[in-house]
Amino acid sequence: MTSRGELPTWVDVGLIPLINLTIAFIVAGLVVLIIGENPFQAIWILLSTPLGSLSGWFNIIYYATNFIFTGLCVAMAFHAGLFNIGGEGQAYIGGLGAAAPGLIIGGALASILPFWISQPVTLLICLVASFAVGALWGWFPGYLQAKRGSHIVITTIMLNYITSSVMVYMINMVFRPVGKMAVESRAIDDAYIMNAREIGRVVGMKLPASPLNPGVFVALGVAWAVWYLLWRTKLGYEIRAVGANTDAAIYAGIKPARIIMITMAISGGLAGLMAFHEVLGAQHRLVLEYVQGAGFVGIAVALMGRSHPLGIVLAALLFGLLYQGGTELSFANQNINRDMVVVIQGLVILFMGALEQTFRPWLSAIFAKVE
Amino acid sequence: MELSILPEILSSTIRMSVPLILACLAGLWSERSGIVDIGLEGKMLASAFISASAAAYFHSAWAGLACGILISIGFSLIHGYAAINQRGNQVVSGVAINMLAAGLAVVIGHSWFKQGGRTPQLDDASRFLAIDFPGKEALFATEGLGPIARIFLDHSILTYAAVLLVPLTAWTLANTRFGLRLRAVGENPQAVDTAGISVARLRYQAVIIAGVLCGVAGAYLSTALQTSFVRDMSGGRGFLALTALIFANWRAWPALGACLLFGFLQAVANFMQGVHIFGLEIPVQVFNSLPYVMTIVLLAGFIGKSVPPKASGIPYTKDR
Repeated sequence: MTSRGELPTWVDVGLIPLINLTIAFIVAGLVVLIIGENPFQAIWILLSTPLGSLSGWFNIIYYATNFIFTGLCVAMAFHAGLFNIGGEGQAYIGGLGAAAPGLIIGGALASILPFWISQPVTLLICLVASFAVGALWGWFPGYLQAKRGSHIVITTIMLNYITSSVMVYMINMVFRPVGKMAVESRAIDDAYIMNAREIGRVVGMKLPASPLNPGVFVALGVAWAVWYLLWRTKLGYEIRAVGANTDAAIYAGIKPARIIMITMAISGGLAGLMAFHEVLGAQHRLVLEYVQGAGFVGIAVALMGRSHPLGIVLAALLFGLLYQGGTELSFANQNINRDMVVVIQGLVILFMGALEQTFRPWLSAIFAKVE
Repeated sequence: MELSILPEILSSTIRMSVPLILACLAGLWSERSGIVDIGLEGKMLASAFISASAAAYFHSAWAGLACGILISIGFSLIHGYAAINQRGNQVVSGVAINMLAAGLAVVIGHSWFKQGGRTPQLDDASRFLAIDFPGKEALFATEGLGPIARIFLDHSILTYAAVLLVPLTAWTLANTRFGLRLRAVGENPQAVDTAGISVARLRYQAVIIAGVLCGVAGAYLSTALQTSFVRDMSGGRGFLALTALIFANWRAWPALGACLLFGFLQAVANFMQGVHIFGLEIPVQVFNSLPYVMTIVLLAGFIGKSVPPKASGIPYTKDR
């Protein structure tokens, strides 16, 4: 294993991920084969059905929006050398920040201001609050690692479970209207993100039904902001320095403890924004378990996007396609369950994360020979 | 809270603790050798699915157990390959295994049995039932002693195996050559390597033991505790076991204590919707989250200290 020579950049960021991704999909194809179906047909349905209709595209982008937020969350922590597997919990708790302003002060604002002012103002407060609540939930494990020496991976796992309990309690005991059977809050009408179809209706366009909403522009803006923060600011430099070499960073006068806490707060806040998009743009009420694994998809998205915001947007689109395609596939072929997408996700994380270096020595050998 | 349900709760505590004990010991073996394993959950789930499927197919609980252990070892070897040979990130590998197991169990189960990911209901012959012994009913019926005997003696063989594995693990790690080497490889692999003992071999042995134990835990879930596999039936027990392991400071006997404590909390949560203490209603969520809260407090160094094996999570590289 000594032949770990330098590889050209395009091999490092292009060819190796592509090989790993291909292998993940080949193995997924084998799973399809094992359950007695034709993998090529399955992939064809998976890809062509959602891409062949406008509503398919809308759903892909809607899913991708959530995955951009959670992917950025994981990537942010990766840059500081931290593994935040608490995105799931941070996105879930962020729902408190997303829903509470709309439920509590939204009505008051709506009564004193015309709706075209009160709605955006309330939404802005919701946006900030969902980031803030998520950030608090990310900062806490960051603090525990930086100041008390407990490992982030462990504490974020535990916070995921604590979050589930907290949210069940909060939604059931605090947000559920008296007399309502379903465990959910009342509709959040005062902070309502219209979906594409509703906006289309206002401007006189007939668009297909989907949860797609302008939250996607927030996601793209945030992705750009993360890029700017990481590669164009002093703080971003410090974060990457701590991630690349903590000892060197200390010599450069950077305090890793401070950076760990700040990074985890931002990371958690990014996950919290997923709640803003999902709760106010798709559910329009605070419901149980709305994150539905998006926090874990974020891990796959961040690994696949090589922790770069542009890569993350593209990877999120791919996973949006897989999610939408997976649904279509399970309709088209009763034998293939929707959870096939979870299998693919697991394979992507395995081959692009844990086994990422598998083919490196081979490629090194090949390139060494060529030169 | 009535005193009359206490025997029920204690009996349930034991049933809830068994998968935790097995998974916790699995984590202990793996982490003591230096391999962090957050894939306990996934291995348990995979085994629960395969055990239930095989038990239904062969009409034998033992066949189910054997197949469950095999699949769990399979996942262990993937983790071992990623962690030992490829020196990959062990947490990432664990996350992948959890997802793969959760997805595959439902996809394959859906295709095999057409019940939306469930496996067929198992009859008594293909399950691990409470052990029968002469005079059992008479003993349970006796005044005073009966209810106490029922708490401890009304369990399947897997339960007793799990409890016996605790002293076995403690003794093996403390007193055998293999155990000493295994602990050494988790603390200082360089030293073990210098002594001419293969680090990779020891770590593979550890992850295989972890696979066997997770396999038993999974089989217990679907063929002893329940009568079939349902999706996500491990329900976070792998992570709860990991929590118990940290709480127990990576030691076998304290691990038993932590698992019993966490099992008790689970049992209480299942039995009661809100317990009243001093007139205040305690929400059931408190019991569900208490293990995690306690461990976070412990990890933060406010009560005692929890120190993982020194080399855990760090891939071993020879040439440095």
